[in-house]
Amino acid sequence: MDQTLAIVVGLFIAMGIFLLLSRSLIRMLLGLTIFGNGVNLLIFTGGRLTREAAPIVAPGLDQPAGIIANPLPQALILTAIVIGFAMFSFLLVLAFRAYQTLDADNTDNMRVAEPADAPNPPLSY
Amino acid sequence: MAVPADFPAMIETATPASEWVIVLPVALALLGSAILVMLRKGSAILAVLSGLVILAMIACEIALILRIVEVGPVSMTMGKWLPPFGISFTADLFGAVFALAAAVVTLFVLIYAEADRPPEARGDGFHGMLLLLLAGVTGSFLTGDLFNLYVWFEVMLIASFGLLVLGGRPIQLDGAVKYGFLNFLATSFFLLSLGLLYGLVGTLNMADILQVAPSANPAAMTAVAGLLLLAFGMKAAAFPVNNWLPASYHAPPAAVAALFAGLLTKVGIYALLRALVVVLPASRDLLEPVLALVAIATLVIGPLGAIAETNLRRAVGFMLIGGIGAVMAGIAIPNAAGVGGAGLYILHAMVSMAAFYLVLGIIERRTGQVDSRQMGGIYASNTAISILFFVLMLAIAGLPPFLGFWPKLLLIEGGLTMGGWTGGLLVGAILVNAALTLIAGSRLWAHIFWRPAPQEQEPKSAIWPREWVRGGAAALLTVIVVAAGLWPNPLFEVVRTGAADMLDSSRYVEAFGLRGDGS
Repeated sequence: MDQTLAIVVGLFIAMGIFLLLSRSLIRMLLGLTIFGNGVNLLIFTGGRLTREAAPIVAPGLDQPAGIIANPLPQALILTAIVIGFAMFSFLLVLAFRAYQTLDADNTDNMRVAEPADAPNPPLSY
Repeated sequence: MAVPADFPAMIETATPASEWVIVLPVALALLGSAILVMLRKGSAILAVLSGLVILAMIACEIALILRIVEVGPVSMTMGKWLPPFGISFTADLFGAVFALAAAVVTLFVLIYAEADRPPEARGDGFHGMLLLLLAGVTGSFLTGDLFNLYVWFEVMLIASFGLLVLGGRPIQLDGAVKYGFLNFLATSFFLLSLGLLYGLVGTLNMADILQVAPSANPAAMTAVAGLLLLAFGMKAAAFPVNNWLPASYHAPPAAVAALFAGLLTKVGIYALLRALVVVLPASRDLLEPVLALVAIATLVIGPLGAIAETNLRRAVGFMLIGGIGAVMAGIAIPNAAGVGGAGLYILHAMVSMAAFYLVLGIIERRTGQVDSRQMGGIYASNTAISILFFVLMLAIAGLPPFLGFWPKLLLIEGGLTMGGWTGGLLVGAILVNAALTLIAGSRLWAHIFWRPAPQEQEPKSAIWPREWVRGGAAALLTVIVVAAGLWPNPLFEVVRTGAADMLDSSRYVEAFGLRGDGS
């Protein structure tokens, strides 16, 4: 199971980076999301996979009776998913605004902040 | 539900009130941010409220520093769970002093922004986001848990996104796209390395990692440290991954750019300092050639970019990158002088860079241009601004008697103590950086102030009160730079204690109460 998930994580991260290398903003956004999901799965796998019980203490006991699943990675992933979703939403809106204002969803054509035909610096004092 | 008396993972006694000073700054900033977002239509009250919140934060941070001087690093763990289960806030002297510097810088930037923002910008939520950014920065400086650090990074990131696009000019949207994608990718890399680290050592509490890390696989730990280097290097704009910074820092209004230049990259490089020097020292030793290489490249390429650039704020963005190289050099030099120099440089860059960007904002306002070739002749019409620019430029290049001189001196001393090829090359790169920064800066000064204006301009005189307030905010920050440079002894005390605590983390670990419980 660990190996399968490790392969999936590798695939996700490779796909994410591949998409991030493209020029279209929407493809880059999808790449970021897939990358983020790969990272979340990696944390999940890093917390060790067990087929044991849920991390809940039975009534009347002070601590769980047997082996339980590790709850910490789940808490970490939950936080990361929420944050990642917020960032994704913001960047999606930003990409749309950039498309409206700059008339470009291709990063090659987004040259307002860094003009392509920037002149040489002054050659004297 | 009653907690059994012998349950080991819980804190039994109430947290003493004196320990609350460590969480109060962050709590105040978050609370203030929430209130200011709710009140965002009330125009005049917002600046006063946010100023009061920042003043309260400064008071808390001073109390925290006094306490750290008295008893050593302070730690507080949330929710009655003992570390490593509960999330800890831990401050040693460096973290607390940086948090104080961040609050002071934000206060002056707030004053500047009040005099700079157009009336139609009222109600856009600027003040709420300003405090949220400060909350993220302060949280990053004071946290003792790597996952918590990730969360504060994201708080900082989302607030900086908001500030960057505020106003919505096309150049801002363009800059924000590049800034947003690359910074979000950097935090994703950070999270990736956290996942691997958790898989390796089973904990993310910094002091706990310190205890577990020596028994983990050193090769795997170095891979994690390398990923952390990439992630924090991207955040801090170290050489191969720096190009988002000059692409975005000239887009927003000057006040926002000053805040970013003063705080954001410094948090990134501070996180790198803490992660590599304190938490994973063994991996830092293995990565030392890489660190030295990145430091030298950043030191040299930063100011070269500044020489080749005509846009004023982009040129200074490259100078800022050169400064990051100086801190990287300190991380590559593993002795007290090197680490202390890195810490002092962070402090210097926070104040000097923020002040410098404020001065750039005044110059842009005065000339109505962003390109240094279109500027000129300000020396005749406004000598004060030209002196501010000159002083800050000398401070950033590292000339005495200004604050920038002392960290570079410490770094050079550290490099010479370290000796060998690496130490020698690092010292050489620091000197080359100083010379190149001086060339770039003095050339900008000559173009902007010294030579006559390219076209006839109406000589503008200062208009009370807005221009005076803007100039005053920049001047007061500059006064800090000059005063700290002339009277550096208190700072050297801070540096000595801070660097000692970073290199020998026993006091840091003790603050968590982890020692001796056998876990």
